[in-house]
Amino acid sequence: MTSDSGQTQQQTAPPQRLLDGYDAGQTFCEFTRRGDAPPVIEMLRERLSNMDPARLAERARIAEAELFNLGITFTVYTERDAIDRILPFDLIPRVITAAEWTHLERGLRQRVNALNRFLWDIYHEQRVITDGIIPASLVLDNPNFRPEMRWFDPPCGTYVHICGTDIIRDQSGKFVVLEDNARTPSGVSYVIENRHMMRRCMPDLGAELDIQPVDEYGLRLQQTLASVAPPGIDHPGIVLLSPGTYNSAYFEHVFLAREMGVPLVEGRDLFVDDDRVFMRTISGPRPVHAIYRRIDDAFLDPEAFHPDSLLGVPGLMRAYKAGNVTLANAIGTGVADDKAVYAYLPRMIRYYFAEEPILDNVETRICAEPEDLQYTLDHLAELVVKPVGESGGYGMIIGPHATQAELDAFRIKLKDDPDNYISQPVIQLSTAPTLIDGRLEPRHVDLRPFTLTGSESWVLPGGLSRVALRRGSLVVNSSQGGGSKDTWVLAS
Amino acid sequence: MMPLMDPMPNMLLSRYAESMVWLARYMERIENLARLIEVTEVFVRLRSATNGWQCIIDINCDDEVFRSQYDRVTAETIIRFYVLNRDNPNSIWCLASAARENARALRPLISTEMWTQLNVFTNFILSLRADDIPLARLSQLCTRIKQDCQTHTGVTEGTLYRDQAWLFYAIGKQIERGDQTTRLIDIKYHALLPTAEGIGSETDLSQWTAVLRSAAGYHAFRRLMPTRMDPAGVAGFLLMNEAFPRSLATALRHIHHALGLLRTDHGLRRAAPIIERVEHLRALLSGQTMEEIIIRGLHEFLDGMQGELATVQSLVADAFWRT
Repeated sequence: MTSDSGQTQQQTAPPQRLLDGYDAGQTFCEFTRRGDAPPVIEMLRERLSNMDPARLAERARIAEAELFNLGITFTVYTERDAIDRILPFDLIPRVITAAEWTHLERGLRQRVNALNRFLWDIYHEQRVITDGIIPASLVLDNPNFRPEMRWFDPPCGTYVHICGTDIIRDQSGKFVVLEDNARTPSGVSYVIENRHMMRRCMPDLGAELDIQPVDEYGLRLQQTLASVAPPGIDHPGIVLLSPGTYNSAYFEHVFLAREMGVPLVEGRDLFVDDDRVFMRTISGPRPVHAIYRRIDDAFLDPEAFHPDSLLGVPGLMRAYKAGNVTLANAIGTGVADDKAVYAYLPRMIRYYFAEEPILDNVETRICAEPEDLQYTLDHLAELVVKPVGESGGYGMIIGPHATQAELDAFRIKLKDDPDNYISQPVIQLSTAPTLIDGRLEPRHVDLRPFTLTGSESWVLPGGLSRVALRRGSLVVNSSQGGGSKDTWVLAS
Repeated sequence: MMPLMDPMPNMLLSRYAESMVWLARYMERIENLARLIEVTEVFVRLRSATNGWQCIIDINCDDEVFRSQYDRVTAETIIRFYVLNRDNPNSIWCLASAARENARALRPLISTEMWTQLNVFTNFILSLRADDIPLARLSQLCTRIKQDCQTHTGVTEGTLYRDQAWLFYAIGKQIERGDQTTRLIDIKYHALLPTAEGIGSETDLSQWTAVLRSAAGYHAFRRLMPTRMDPAGVAGFLLMNEAFPRSLATALRHIHHALGLLRTDHGLRRAAPIIERVEHLRALLSGQTMEEIIIRGLHEFLDGMQGELATVQSLVADAFWRT
């Protein structure tokens, strides 16, 4: 008889459970909520808690290796090398309840409808300007306003066929819109690939759960494009126009072309003859009626825009204006997702629909307006200031995270060109448990749902949940250390 | 149940057809280069090559480029030049890189499994460093490359949808294979042992054996001609045998067949004149005996065939994408 066994037991630490010590602090956590999590989330917590952290880390490694081998990557080019990078993938899903989704979906439809109404208006009567809802200069002097589009009627009156809306949750858990992406929003391929990856890597976590599927996106997109093709064509020729293999979103272009079952073309594969668009095939020219273009307006047609663009198709604008081909999204949608125009979206919703916005904006100050500029300058250290025309998180400053020197430098830039900036309060985005070095830690997340609009709107359940992998970081962009998570919309 | 009508038949993009041909050619060329390096390494090790590694340079007509970069022909410089060199378009590194670029362009068209295998394979090649391949492991590396290329062939055969893209793939693969086989015979016949007195010697026999082995034809040849191992026998087998998968005759038959399907099943009349050209080539090959070819000049014949295959490629390009 010895006391060895007792000693040994004392030395062995109790097994670390995944959510032990997890503390989201003052943030709104998508998982732990505010202690009022629905039963399904309780169940997921339980399942997660029973998983072995080491095994989970191993699964994460396998998942990332698989993403690399499958080529679900974006390519970074250096002088001598093309380096494939994956978008880091986190195995712990972000969960949205059925009730939350119903609210979001209604809000998104309303918002996308407003964007389309606004675009129709400014490219036709411009009542929104004459009625004093939005300053004329903000629209007419906007570099993304395309006078060529005036009095042009796109099929179904739809300009924004594919919209990606960036949504965040504040500390109280309220959903607010951070920005609209109405030009060529990307990221939807990751929504679907993340789901496939979850099914392979984490089948046990979602077992027997009723999660809304995301697989029909390709079919819906194809139907949307077919519905806006020029009228009177039985089998419209649909293509996806990509800048080519060197574009960092090329994987997504491949993915979407495959999901839609349409050719992925580059500018050199198309030509315009007699204001009609054709693609070069082995049996000669074949007509094209609808183009999902992933090329910016400015590069689309060297005849109409940048004359030195090699990516575009000469004469495409002529064919478009003749009504022989539909472009999705339409030309000139960039004026609607401008960060200053964004500030007026709630007023537009009231103006066009006599409804209250279902989803609020983040409180936004427009530095072009003297009062707002003064406020921004006075409170620079507390605010986020963003250039109006940029995307990808470039050129912005987060006051509380900036050094004094950075603030001083930014103040000069802001005073030099106030029209170029808006400011918003810093919002502590909601957090979600994220696997970091074999432990679950809270990390900030946002959400980009995708809305398709032909004659009516459809919203892909969920969307891309991006996660800022650096502790405390509020920047979720992939170019700045962001990753992504699968987004589960519960069916009930 | 009737399949749904394709609303846009024959809509393969010209660019895809071109990439398909080149993807197939580059992958086939990598496999053949790996075979060639492997067999040359054996020659050199057995000291049976009259000019060592030089023959591999000769066969690819790379003398000038090689000399501009390296002073001496050694195993190390050859490995650098043919495996790792980023400025030699015929190195395995460059060929893999080119195959990869074509595969990237074809991703919307080819199967996910094809792409994934190509992605893993080309990433492996592109990450090779000189330290990874000491001479002792060269043969191992060549075996791996060969196997990866064969896996590519198998995955392609098993998963690629059989439309026009498949036929362009077949055309590219067979043009390259025919071309490489003629080069392989050439290396043995003219580069390895240029003098007449060595013919029939032990060295000569072991070299022909090695050539057959590098084309994976040794055992089939033995079975077919148990008593022979002479130039006419081996060259005749590699050029004319209709059952050997890497023979020129087999390559031409496959090209002919693929072009025929493009014309009939896919209604591409532009294939017709190319078919005639290939028929002419097949007649040229079958219309004379191997002995006659050797008497008239094997090297000239092989050269001519390489030129003809290039012409076929060029005609295909003119008909389907170079408009």
